[in-house]
Amino acid sequence: MDLQAFLLTLKLATVTTAILLAVCIPLAAWLVLGRARWLAVIEAAATLPLVLPPTVLGFFLLVLLGPRTAVGRGIAAAIGHPLAFSFDGLVVGSVIYSLPFALQPLVAGFSAIPASLLDAARLLGASPSRLVRTILVPLAKPSLVAAIVLSFLHTVGEFGVVLMLGGDIPGATRTLSILLYNQVENFDYAAAMRTAGLLVVFSLVALILIYSRSRTRLKPQTERSRA
Amino acid sequence: MPKPPLSDPSVFESGLEFAIDARRGGFHLQVAGKFVAPWTVIFGPSGAGKSTLLRLLAGLDVATLVRVALNGRVLNDDKRRFAVRPGKRQTGLVAQEPSLFPHLTVTQNVGYGLESMERIGRVHRVEEMLALVGSTELASRRPQDLSGGQAQRVALARALAPGPLLLLLDEPFSALDGAASDALLERLQAWVAANRIQVVMATHDATDALALDAEVLLLGEGRNAAQGPAVEVLAAERERLKNRLDG
Repeated sequence: MDLQAFLLTLKLATVTTAILLAVCIPLAAWLVLGRARWLAVIEAAATLPLVLPPTVLGFFLLVLLGPRTAVGRGIAAAIGHPLAFSFDGLVVGSVIYSLPFALQPLVAGFSAIPASLLDAARLLGASPSRLVRTILVPLAKPSLVAAIVLSFLHTVGEFGVVLMLGGDIPGATRTLSILLYNQVENFDYAAAMRTAGLLVVFSLVALILIYSRSRTRLKPQTERSRA
Repeated sequence: MPKPPLSDPSVFESGLEFAIDARRGGFHLQVAGKFVAPWTVIFGPSGAGKSTLLRLLAGLDVATLVRVALNGRVLNDDKRRFAVRPGKRQTGLVAQEPSLFPHLTVTQNVGYGLESMERIGRVHRVEEMLALVGSTELASRRPQDLSGGQAQRVALARALAPGPLLLLLDEPFSALDGAASDALLERLQAWVAANRIQVVMATHDATDALALDAEVLLLGEGRNAAQGPAVEVLAAERERLKNRLDG
């Protein structure tokens, strides 16, 4: 088994999930609390990665972040190397690719919080950021867990974007799903089976751990609220 | 304890002034008025627009026309260009539903509006408020472990804690029985008089309005029908209640 690819996949998923939370919690709060009609445009754009084939997304990012555009040249000048075919580039691609998987559970969770609680907090002088910290996030914990699990595992399983944007550089962009693709191409089915099995077992174990934890944490609360 | 003169108009010089034009589906609320009495009751049947009016005064909703001024300070101008946001209006609201924060204890709920206060002051303030509403023993409970009446008491304490200039009450004691409601009202009256807090209370219960001896705004189908001392404006209601008790 390729430990390097495994660790790289974990690193990519962890960094991506952290960035997604930092971006999506304020974004979801803004979508839920804001009243402007054009917020629907933002929500639609943020859902687009869900319906586009990952290769389309990867292709656009490859062109955009490459040396042919001003954006790509600007970033290359700022960080010293082009984003395409680097780990940083993969992070950018993964964040966009997994964005809906972090955003949608958070929007759903925040929307389910009664408006009367938000009104009460506003009347007591809560600023928007305090509203997010003290009301939205604590009351939408299950959605927060779902957002973390989904964006992490979705990034682990990502293939098209990585292939387009990252290529196959050991230690920088060769993730488990790329490794599996290489092994199958080389007719090394035994190694491919180990890699595929590892992906399945890892994802399943992560899901079981998180669902069992959120179960024990949530059950007493729901029972009490019913009493 | 002598009853404070709640209908004395001289206490608040400029008081609460408002003009409102709001449409909610088929309902049209069109009211204007000026409340200078320490305690004003908005009386009207269900669906007369009492809650809508209080929410607009609190700055929680927008409407075609909202003009609100409190003690000379403009909170909403009539062009919809300027609105002081809730929480900056020194206005507290206790809605029909207590809406306590379910993940916080009673103490944390009451202290929510005291963020700018230092810890010691906050602790004392919360204790004082819970004593006022007679709920000291509930301090460490969670909202889901409270009865409806207990939750309403805590909601009142939470709204009073930051020391608002204006307290809006929307049928705040509906879950309390008569005796408990009377006792709480009496303590609250003394408290708001001592702290110079102006109160506007919406109710469909004429006994509350009459017992308070307050200024009354009679609201019917979205229009102000009459305004004046309770004994005058609610004379017909008073007769009806008397006849029911005698007969």
